[in-house]
Amino acid sequence: MHVSQATNTQHAAETEHVLLHHFGDLEQQRQSATLGMWVFLITEIMFFGGLFAGYMIYRLAFFNAFAAGSNTLDLRLGAINTAVLIASSLTMALAVHAAQIGARKKTVLYLLGTIVLGLVFLGIKVVEYADKFEHHHVPGQYFEFQEPVSLAHGEQAQGEHAQSRIDPRHAELFFGFYFAMTGMHALHMIIGVGILAVLTFLAWRGRYGPQYHTPVHNVGLYWHFVDIVWIFLFPLLYLISRHG
Amino acid sequence: MATVTHAIETRNYLNSDYGLKSWLLTTDHKRIAILYLVTITAFFFIGGFFAMLIRLELLTPAGDLVQADTYNKLFTMHGIMMIFFFLIPSVPAVLGNFLVPMMVGAKDLAFPKINLLSWYLLVLGGLLTLFSIVAGGVDTGWTFYTPFSTTFSNTYVTGAALGIFVAGFSSILTGLNFIVTVHRMRAPGLTWGRLPLFIWANYATAIIQILGTPVLAITIVLVALERAFHIGIFDPNLGGDPLLFQHLFWFYSHPAVYIMILPSMGVISEIIPCFSRKRIFGYHFVALSSVAIAVFGFLVWAHHMFVAGMSVYAAIIFSFLSYSVAVPSAIKVFNWTSTMYRGSIYYHTPMLYALGFIGLFTIGGVTGLFLASLGMDVHVHDTYFVVAHFHYIMVGGAIMGYLGGLHFWWPKITGRMYPEAWGKIAAATVFVGFNLTFFPQFVVGYLGMPRRYYQYVSEYQVLNVLSTAGASILAVGYLIPMIYFLWSLRYGAPAPANPWNAVGLEWMTPSPPPTYNFETTPVVTWEAYDYRKMPAIEEAPVAR
Amino acid sequence: MWDNLPLWPERAATFSGRVDALYIFLLAITGAVTLLVWLLIFYFVIKYRHTKHPKAHPVEGSLPLEITWSIVPLFMFMIFFGWGAWIYFLESRPPRDAMDVYIVGKQWMWKAQHPTGQREINELHVPAGRDVRLTMISQDVIHSFFIPAFRIKTDVLPGRYTTQWFHATKPGTYHLYCAEYCGTSHSGMIGRVVVMEPRDFENWLAGGAGEGSLAGTGQKLFQDLGCATCHRMDTAGRGPNLMGVYGKPVLFEDGRTQTADDNYIRESILNPNAKVVAGFKPIMPTFQGIVSEDQLLSLVAFIKSLQSPQNAPVSGRPPVPNTTSPSGAMQQNPGGANR
Repeated sequence: MHVSQATNTQHAAETEHVLLHHFGDLEQQRQSATLGMWVFLITEIMFFGGLFAGYMIYRLAFFNAFAAGSNTLDLRLGAINTAVLIASSLTMALAVHAAQIGARKKTVLYLLGTIVLGLVFLGIKVVEYADKFEHHHVPGQYFEFQEPVSLAHGEQAQGEHAQSRIDPRHAELFFGFYFAMTGMHALHMIIGVGILAVLTFLAWRGRYGPQYHTPVHNVGLYWHFVDIVWIFLFPLLYLISRHG
Repeated sequence: MATVTHAIETRNYLNSDYGLKSWLLTTDHKRIAILYLVTITAFFFIGGFFAMLIRLELLTPAGDLVQADTYNKLFTMHGIMMIFFFLIPSVPAVLGNFLVPMMVGAKDLAFPKINLLSWYLLVLGGLLTLFSIVAGGVDTGWTFYTPFSTTFSNTYVTGAALGIFVAGFSSILTGLNFIVTVHRMRAPGLTWGRLPLFIWANYATAIIQILGTPVLAITIVLVALERAFHIGIFDPNLGGDPLLFQHLFWFYSHPAVYIMILPSMGVISEIIPCFSRKRIFGYHFVALSSVAIAVFGFLVWAHHMFVAGMSVYAAIIFSFLSYSVAVPSAIKVFNWTSTMYRGSIYYHTPMLYALGFIGLFTIGGVTGLFLASLGMDVHVHDTYFVVAHFHYIMVGGAIMGYLGGLHFWWPKITGRMYPEAWGKIAAATVFVGFNLTFFPQFVVGYLGMPRRYYQYVSEYQVLNVLSTAGASILAVGYLIPMIYFLWSLRYGAPAPANPWNAVGLEWMTPSPPPTYNFETTPVVTWEAYDYRKMPAIEEAPVAR
Repeated sequence: MWDNLPLWPERAATFSGRVDALYIFLLAITGAVTLLVWLLIFYFVIKYRHTKHPKAHPVEGSLPLEITWSIVPLFMFMIFFGWGAWIYFLESRPPRDAMDVYIVGKQWMWKAQHPTGQREINELHVPAGRDVRLTMISQDVIHSFFIPAFRIKTDVLPGRYTTQWFHATKPGTYHLYCAEYCGTSHSGMIGRVVVMEPRDFENWLAGGAGEGSLAGTGQKLFQDLGCATCHRMDTAGRGPNLMGVYGKPVLFEDGRTQTADDNYIRESILNPNAKVVAGFKPIMPTFQGIVSEDQLLSLVAFIKSLQSPQNAPVSGRPPVPNTTSPSGAMQQNPGGANR
């Protein structure tokens, strides 16, 4: 390890300003921060993983109920949200690149774009949740679930002997997982938006440039992770038995 | 007997700054270690107080000291305080925080502010849990089995669970900090093959903390949601499966026991070479066995569920895998023992604790072999045999390792020597008291006494009386160091930089070290534990 | 056994000796290794104490040793594993003609139900020399049915049956404990297992049952709840014919099959549309909340007792439930299929 010799005095000043005392040089600091973010994301994978594992177990056990629950979710809104998040990952990546090349205005712009898209996602989620409340699909005391008359497999109800194939308790389980999974995800997004706001402010103040843009890079990692969680959530929750 | 004139007080991390704020807002890993030391000692005595009440109740077969509900809260809170608020932080957060940067030649951990945050999280979690205790207690057992904890218990389950949830993040952040530090901040020349085994042990522990604790976190969230909204995830009346809770819970809680033992094993690996004056036997095997324990530890969780209603074939697989975890532990015991062969042995207090560790961990470990055997486990599961097994490992092992480490590094941490004679007396007291407390529990467990029973049939009384008698001796054994450690802060002999003539970067700094540990980053050109070039241990300085 | 210093409970069942043999073997091997380690440590720390051995000799590793003390323990561990797994496997397979007893656990008591109708609270009478299978369920939280003298325990779960079996050998009275923490009176949820000579057991059985056999209770419930409306015994009605269904594979609509065991029957009553028999519609209403666990057990016992009169008993299985009730009430076709 060697102390990097910065020839540009302005960069040297930047280096002195941002190099923390316990690190030998900026490169060590950058690598440590990035490794730290990766390790943190691994803990997040384990956290969501436990939730996903529970979901998969019950989905296999109570497939029909879960399919019925899934079919009440708004596919269009879910798809729009997926597109919104993917777009926000794009703007995030562009923000990281802009910070890398020292384009301050673009950095701020792309970060703002990411925030806006994140807020759009959250807004749509609010709409979806409100719909759940209206239909009494929130688990708990007031939960009610009526299976739609035409079933996913196209069967017709048979006279007065037609009974629900779905146990509403199992549908309640689906919605329990729905809220837990999307709620956890939304919480991570809200925190992400908050962090992005701080990042945007600091970027506007000229804090990031070619010598130092680690926070932008690492927040980008976090944001991409939150996006990937949704990429798994969407098919798992929204797309059960949607064919036919 | 060597006498040492009082050294002129130099600037070190303890006196570099004064005032409460300089401690509560510190980012110095050494000060944070002290903060942890004070905090977990308090939690230890709270948990120990509950243990005392438990053992007092069990003096007589009838339930006559406390009511049944109170007793159920006592063993629950004893388990929660000891596991989450004492054992899991102990070695990593106190000794690890202090030593990991120094042992790798760094000025601090990778993320000092996150280190401080992790202490605050432990304190917050502890306060939340203590609030639950004071408000009325929790009675689910530290294992929180459903549907009792989600549907039937009317105690402060969510409060205690929330406290554990927060403390879990303390553990995760400590692990994260250690991993990044070991990967990125080793001094030049300090290759993985030259790392002290204490680092290897804490690194392996950090892997477990990172991967396991989040699963506990989500399990707790699900229990809280179930309690609040009765979603049905764990309640069969609502379509759920109580066994799902057990799988999720034990997926963390089994690796958690390795979080509790591995760092102490790392301490032993430092003490034995020093007090045998030779390099550890089988360095690479000991190093890799830590990693092996961490990995295999994740594959065995359902051995807690052999009689829970799992499939026979799943049980057979988990039993088989459970034996795989025992092999690396056995390797360590044999390597430690072999290190003493043809060494030059000293009997200082750290060594006594280390020897006690090996002896008692061996017993705890072999009784684990009993439990891993399916037909045997059916009989002894949920009896005092299990209680004895894990106390042999956690108390006879982990806590003795922690105490040994505290004594070993006390001079470095405080700049003072503890009184050696009292150290030996306390170590012997702990050893005797411990065995008297817990060995009878193996016997009474095989005889059939179930755990978590506050009244029992009269034929188990003799063994219970022996156990309680041992516990009172053990309590004295723990009080003695409390007293002389505090005494030493003012009256202990000033410690030299390297009182044990030990090998390691931490011993190349003054006692206590300056805030930034090293003036310049050391460059390492030697292998670990090179005791060949070290002189003998001198007589420890004594206070006048 | 040493009465003054017991190391193990009485041996009162066939598994007791097996488990104790494994225990003694484990004690011997692990005791020897532990002793070896302790002795070596004592020897080394005394022989090589620094006052007598001031210079350490650098013995730092030995690959042959490492391999040996990894392989040899692993080999021993495989023996521990295999022996224990064998016992566990035997414990998991109740003989087909074992005598049934039904256990319901609830906070904080045990209810035992014999097929002949005898009910017990916190006690279990069983004959010596017979295989006994316990089918158990909880009404609330997880409990565990533990008989130290027999060396067996199995958790008792809410929501599904668990089973364990034993073959008692020695008449006497033995402890029964709940072994899974279940709340306030967990340590009060204890009782007695009374093993009797077969003759005494017969007398005891004959002595008490007020309400008739368990299957008889179930039959009455089957009528009262209207099950017989759809589940006819002569032909297929709106629901499958239940004659001889117990123990046979059942084919479902989605192509899966399952053997009709106690859990399947219970599930079919509480959650009928989870698995629909091939060729039938999902029209059976659920009885969740309408029947208690005790009633469910009686219905299960009743359905178990339904044997096709045309079929000879399969592989030596007796054609009637294997109780020795002298009442003989179960000998006839209980369906009374004269519609």
